[in-house]
Amino acid sequence: MDRIPILRMGHFLLVTIQIDLYDRLATNLESDLVQMVNKTGARGVLIDISALSIVDSFMGRILGNIGSMSKIMDAETVVVGMQPAVAITLIELGLELKGVHTALNVERGMQLLKERIGSDDEDESEADEDSFE
Amino acid sequence: MMKMNQKLMKIVLNKDSMRIEKEQDVVPFRNRVKENAVKIGMGVVNQTKLITAASELVRNMLKYAGGGLVLIEAITEGRDSGIRLTFQDKGPGIKDISLAMKDGFSSGKSLGIGLPGTRRLVNEFDIKSIFGEGTTVSIIKWKNG
Repeated sequence: MDRIPILRMGHFLLVTIQIDLYDRLATNLESDLVQMVNKTGARGVLIDISALSIVDSFMGRILGNIGSMSKIMDAETVVVGMQPAVAITLIELGLELKGVHTALNVERGMQLLKERIGSDDEDESEADEDSFE
Repeated sequence: MMKMNQKLMKIVLNKDSMRIEKEQDVVPFRNRVKENAVKIGMGVVNQTKLITAASELVRNMLKYAGGGLVLIEAITEGRDSGIRLTFQDKGPGIKDISLAMKDGFSSGKSLGIGLPGTRRLVNEFDIKSIFGEGTTVSIIKWKNG
């Protein structure tokens, strides 16, 4: 079965959605991500949706779910790279993407995640294997 | 808007149809809508609104009626050109349309933004439903609307 790859980078998990997701793929991504957060103890999840030409209420719900689920697992979620037309459409549709942070691009998203979990910096340096700085 | 409709006729330039039976049909259907919108030169923002609206309606159709038929038409009315999508299903129908069109209402497991949200994305929205027989939803997005 198709799957969206999840990359681990230090305390973060990175996901780049390159294709328009059909429902099964999206729900798989949701459960895969939550399991990965649990397995790796990741503190942040970054989802790049720059290649998505539309986000409907279903996809919006999936993104929101990922955010809320990760939050319960003590990880922050940031969605990056939303196309302007998608943002316009989402707001008119009435979807606010609650529960997830957003950032303009991957770089700013990473920065936001680092700031968000910044208070744990001391712990980070202890765990050498996960250190990326 | 009713007055305008009486004066100007909507002329169908191109007709296409697609049967929707399973969730895997959603993405190809969206692509088909996009192709048609690109063909008439619709801008990216309007394209995105139209495709998102189409996606919402096609999901409704799958969820409540198990699928149906969608007509994709390129139409003109006076100087305007646009895309009309007609979603026909033989599902259970909607008991109370005015309630279904209310923000926040949902009978299914969703956010309840489906129908009213979708209406905001398009220029014309028409819904007809006979309880027990099926539902037909028709939307129009004008190229410059």
